[in-house]
Amino acid sequence: MSYKVKLEVFEGPLDLLLYLIKKNEIDIYDIPIADITEQYLEYIELMRMLDLNIAGEFLVIAATLIHIKSKMLLPPDEKDLLPEEEEDPREELVRRLVEYKKFKEVAGILQGLEGQRKKMFTRDIPFEVEPGEVFFEASLFDLITAFTRVLKDVPKEIFQEIIKDEFTVEQKVHDLLHMLVKTPVMSLLDLFKNSKNKLEIIATFLAVLELIRLKEILVVQNQNFSDIEIVRNEKHRLNIE
Amino acid sequence: MERTQIKNIIEAMLFVSDKPLFLSEIRIVLEGPDANEIKDVIAELTSEFETHGRALRIKEIAGGYQIVTDTVFAPWLKKLYKTAGADRLSGPSLETLAIIAYKQPATKPEIEAIRGVNVDGVLKTLIEKNLVKIMGRRETVGRPIIYGTTQEFLQYFGLNSLDELPKLEEFNFTEKDIELPEHLQKKEEAQNELSKPPQENRQL
Repeated sequence: MSYKVKLEVFEGPLDLLLYLIKKNEIDIYDIPIADITEQYLEYIELMRMLDLNIAGEFLVIAATLIHIKSKMLLPPDEKDLLPEEEEDPREELVRRLVEYKKFKEVAGILQGLEGQRKKMFTRDIPFEVEPGEVFFEASLFDLITAFTRVLKDVPKEIFQEIIKDEFTVEQKVHDLLHMLVKTPVMSLLDLFKNSKNKLEIIATFLAVLELIRLKEILVVQNQNFSDIEIVRNEKHRLNIE
Repeated sequence: MERTQIKNIIEAMLFVSDKPLFLSEIRIVLEGPDANEIKDVIAELTSEFETHGRALRIKEIAGGYQIVTDTVFAPWLKKLYKTAGADRLSGPSLETLAIIAYKQPATKPEIEAIRGVNVDGVLKTLIEKNLVKIMGRRETVGRPIIYGTTQEFLQYFGLNSLDELPKLEEFNFTEKDIELPEHLQKKEEAQNELSKPPQENRQL
């Protein structure tokens, strides 16, 4: 399947790390590196499997994580008489994460101000945010988490079947649009219910990403880590041919 | 000039203007009253708008004064202008703006170092939207371009000045009792619930 989903604006590696920290309910100042590294690499592997464009930055952080992990496995330097003064190998990464998190918080504040400001009308109706801005109600990592859950539910033997590539992303985009006309709100997990094999699941998932990019649908998550719903974007006219 | 007349002229100017009016602009038009007097009159006008049950408000935005509608009327106005306010800036755009707002003048590598990703595309969009501008070049090796926020940035977010943004030091993730704006508090609560260590319940 040679279909790359190109999202111009995309979450970065630090987003993924913060996402995993939150998901695992971890203290940012005491990250279990081995565990997080493993999960981080799993996500990268999934993104690769989905043929998403993985920015080089993801690999840089992956390398950093592995480096920290190996450093932490090494016994403390015996020449060091005051081991408690030794710098934690995680320090630099945590400093970056904390710094980045601050700006994410500010971004949240700005988003609140934006919403508030948009409720105040003035003589000049404020400019429109041009199409091209992709707005995720749920993060990409939430979507990937949902996707892994679906993959795990597929019985093993189905994986081993050899099937012709009968599912294309284009076809799935088409199918999804038709389904959304009938049911404007659907659970993401339900989309995969009738999937026959792994390829179909992947095609469906990529179609969802494509529809987000085209602003035909919104993915909504009411609570952190809860089920994701697919909602038809009413503001956008559907063009089904 | 009588105070009532001054007040009416200011109200008329604010009504007509499609952008925030600066005190200096109002002064030039009125040719008499000093800055303090005008501020005083605007303050009076502002409270009149609020107390007389009118649909309009006077807000200080981007260092000027502007008449805006009260937020409670947004649902009806959105029906009138169907697309107004429907679209929002994306997460990456907001993050990049946040970094520039605090670190300006900032270079592209400085922004990228914090976000951990390339910001070429986002930066381009923000400049196109006039929320960010090129402020010049830094006189260091390679003379990198430096970026800053614009007047429109303040207008877009309804800020009077950059000072209205919270101080970065206020975001300390170890202390729990930081006062956050209302819309963030809910988020924080939800997070706290999730991250509450189980031993807290075991204290008895």
